[in-house]
Amino acid sequence: MKTFLTTTALIALAMPAMAEIKLGASISATGPAAFLGDPELKTLEMLVEDLNAKGGINGEEVTLIAYDDNGDPNKARTFATRLVEDDEVVAIIGGTTTGTTMSILAVAEDAEIPFISLAGAIDIIDPVKPYTFKTPHTDRMACQKIFEDMQKAGITKIGMISGTDGFGASMQAQCKTVAPDYAIEIVADETYDPKDADMTAQLTKIKGTEGVQAILNPGFGQGPSIVTRNYKQLAIELPFYQSHGVASDGFIELAGTEAAEGVRLPGTALLVAGLLAADDPQKPVVDAYKAMFEEKTGTPVGTFGGYAHDAFLIMTDAITRAGSAEPAAIRDAIEATSGLAGTTGVYTFTPEDHLGLDLTAFRMLEIQGGKWTLVQ
Amino acid sequence: MRLTPKSVTLLALVVLIALSPIFFPSGFYYRIGALIFVNALAVTGIVILTGWAGQISLGHAGFAGIGAYACALAPVHWGIHPALAVVLGAAISAVLAWLVGRPILRLKGYYLAVASLGMGILISMVLNNERELTRGPDGIDVAELGLRGVLKDAGLDLSNGQFWYFFCGIVLILGAWLALNLRDSATGRALRALHGSEVAAKTVGMDVARLKLQAFVISAVYASVAGSLLALQNKFITPDVAGFMHSVEMVTMAVLGGVGSVAGAIFGAAVLTLLPQVLTVFAEYEQLVLGAVMVLVMIFLREGVVPSILRKIRGRGE
Amino acid sequence: MSELLQFLLSGVTVGAVYALVALGFTIIYNASDVVNFAQGEFVMLGGMITVFTYAAGAPLPLAALVAIVATAALGVAMNKLAIEPARGAPVVSLVIITIGVSIFIRGAAQLVFDKQIHSFPAFSGDDPLRILGATILPQSLWVIGGALAVFVGLWLFFTRTLLGRAVLATSNNRLAAQLVGINTPFVMTLSFALSAGIGALAGVLVTPITMTSYDVGLAFALKGFAAAMLGGMGNPKGALVGGFLLGVLEGLTAGYLSSQYKDAAAFIVILGVLFFLPQGLFGRKSTDRV
Repeated sequence: MKTFLTTTALIALAMPAMAEIKLGASISATGPAAFLGDPELKTLEMLVEDLNAKGGINGEEVTLIAYDDNGDPNKARTFATRLVEDDEVVAIIGGTTTGTTMSILAVAEDAEIPFISLAGAIDIIDPVKPYTFKTPHTDRMACQKIFEDMQKAGITKIGMISGTDGFGASMQAQCKTVAPDYAIEIVADETYDPKDADMTAQLTKIKGTEGVQAILNPGFGQGPSIVTRNYKQLAIELPFYQSHGVASDGFIELAGTEAAEGVRLPGTALLVAGLLAADDPQKPVVDAYKAMFEEKTGTPVGTFGGYAHDAFLIMTDAITRAGSAEPAAIRDAIEATSGLAGTTGVYTFTPEDHLGLDLTAFRMLEIQGGKWTLVQ
Repeated sequence: MRLTPKSVTLLALVVLIALSPIFFPSGFYYRIGALIFVNALAVTGIVILTGWAGQISLGHAGFAGIGAYACALAPVHWGIHPALAVVLGAAISAVLAWLVGRPILRLKGYYLAVASLGMGILISMVLNNERELTRGPDGIDVAELGLRGVLKDAGLDLSNGQFWYFFCGIVLILGAWLALNLRDSATGRALRALHGSEVAAKTVGMDVARLKLQAFVISAVYASVAGSLLALQNKFITPDVAGFMHSVEMVTMAVLGGVGSVAGAIFGAAVLTLLPQVLTVFAEYEQLVLGAVMVLVMIFLREGVVPSILRKIRGRGE
Repeated sequence: MSELLQFLLSGVTVGAVYALVALGFTIIYNASDVVNFAQGEFVMLGGMITVFTYAAGAPLPLAALVAIVATAALGVAMNKLAIEPARGAPVVSLVIITIGVSIFIRGAAQLVFDKQIHSFPAFSGDDPLRILGATILPQSLWVIGGALAVFVGLWLFFTRTLLGRAVLATSNNRLAAQLVGINTPFVMTLSFALSAGIGALAGVLVTPITMTSYDVGLAFALKGFAAAMLGGMGNPKGALVGGFLLGVLEGLTAGYLSSQYKDAAAFIVILGVLFFLPQGLFGRKSTDRV
């Protein structure tokens, strides 16, 4: 990142005539959410470099000013203030977690700077705030997708085991809210700390609860992998659902092919790039991002890097269409985005909808033989 | 007229806070200033507890969490004005510190460290887990203090950043003034005697337990008010404010600047608040630098930066 | 019945991890009265170095050995560069120094390695062993065995060897130890090497269960510290008992009360124990010097 900033600075010095578009980012590249933030930052840096190599937007160079907020909302607010007041960026991407997003959001709305968040909670865009958008599905939608699948299988009573981090706790709460809509009753509700070493106690308790027909595990990081291994250790036969928080090949590797067998989760097209129909609108963008990211970093793509990719795509598309890098013009152009295919889904924003995705963008996936497969 | 060290510290603080904005290149610097003042306020409490009374705490962020969440919850649930919520938070922190302090201050050194650590973790756990009340790890909105609007009506129109800069600055000056007065009072002298030797203090008839408890309660109130100010200016707070790393940060700021002096505490708070801002271009090395600074200062400037430098300037004066 | 047994086995698995980490604290504490908050980073390094050496093609036992030796060397360096120069500093300074070292190591690890989560295969496969309807992974037995072996080793070291007694003597009175001919700098070097090595061994044993990444150290350090204090800092027996007690307590709380507050139960018990036994369960009594 340092070398990158220096090179762009040098280019800027060498070609003073060329205008530049300053894009800001506050991402949790280290700290407890580094697992999400690290690929997000790498994605943004990679895409900016690529874009500038291709001539920038409307002939203007894009400069990315990215800060690492450590997942600390207080720091995120400080960096957002810095982006707005000191760096004078025209738009912000970031907010890896819901907490950091809420902090950046307040600053961006005050300064009337468009902001695209990479975090899950529905509160970010409901109620709609004029300058705030987001790329990931809400955690409520993840719950709905999972419950839809459960309903099809005739499941009515489930147990939940959730991480106590922001991601797990927020999804746990959302799932409890929407469960009645799908006639699903949550009969066991357990949690674990993200750094716990063993979850067999919680799973045993759920297993022993009368009438449980399936188990759902919202969380990210190593927790869900350990839960999945413990699931196999206890030889629990019930259908097992994970969340989009572990939608990456890394999860299968950590949990082990055998333990992960049959696990279902709502994922994005990114994970099943090879299985997409040739005429799938997302196929070109998914293939291109996957190839570029995996070549650049040597690590498999995941849902979270994809969120950053889509945020950048929406932003550059809007600036191109706006033909101007004025914050208000960019905002209007983002809101007018229609049918834009990203890795997460096909985005169509309206003044009432700043997420722009519906449930169809989520695909129910199942792990079979160590590979992701689409559930029909 | 000869100035006492107390008035020198206070005067320097007032001048710095009042005149720094002249040199601010952008509004962002008001934000940084306000953060430094909030941190310095919490750290002043640590100076009283650790620097003067010689007691260690790895859980003071818990009190900051109480102060912060009092401002988030009291206005919504009980219709209390945010300004009164600050007082309420401080009162709850004081009572809790008094209750917890009695048993745990009997412990020494690392045992006190683990006990205070446990207390801090319990508070942060409640803030994380009691979702119905605190809305959990994703954080909760905090009501507007409203003072800025009042000032505007009175003809003083400040930007949000400016308002919080001066407001936190004034609270810090007040906090530093109170702490310095305490230092020169009978209680303050007794506290520092206690730090020198607990046994000796006991022998000359001091109520050691009561003194330690007083320091613990006072420092808890400082941390609580700092937490409240943070919540009010961010208008949003998450349980991170009560986390272990925040406790460590407070102690580090105090020890780095000089745990025995209020000026040192403010200096330490300024350095550690600025560090991540200065290192943004080398963000990947931030942790490396922070760790190295902590170790090096403790080895080469044992009493902290400010007292060590003062001593060098004065020669063998002290 | 099988439920209770499973809760206990879960607790014992977790407890063995805590005990191994807690045991690492004892040697340094005994030699220098320093509680080393960077102990968790040694555990992280044990896991991460093994992961990367193994991925580079080395057989697992060799990778583990490399990790333990490298971490032990780092422990020695820590003593020379950060602890020895600060001798005689107050507790709060030492806390800041060791936390500083831990932040430094974590910062270096994220640069040298990466920010992903890693693991390597369990030593004896993943097929659980069944005991009266409950299950335990073979790797848990490795961790439990490791904790017991380290405990016995330390106990013999401190009570049966001259060197071990030299460590204790150094801790009690450094000057007196020097006067009777103990090479105190060597004792310090040895203590840090041993502690770091035990930490790395813990990392090697637990990684197939807990997985590892550059930032797992802090959680290990806090739980290990709590366990060691519960048992009484400096006593290997205390570390062992404290670790298992903490683990079992968490397992039972998660099983019967609330998984959300299992960590709270652990800390409440610690506060309770310290209230009645200010030196922990097996801590040595100390008196203040005037």
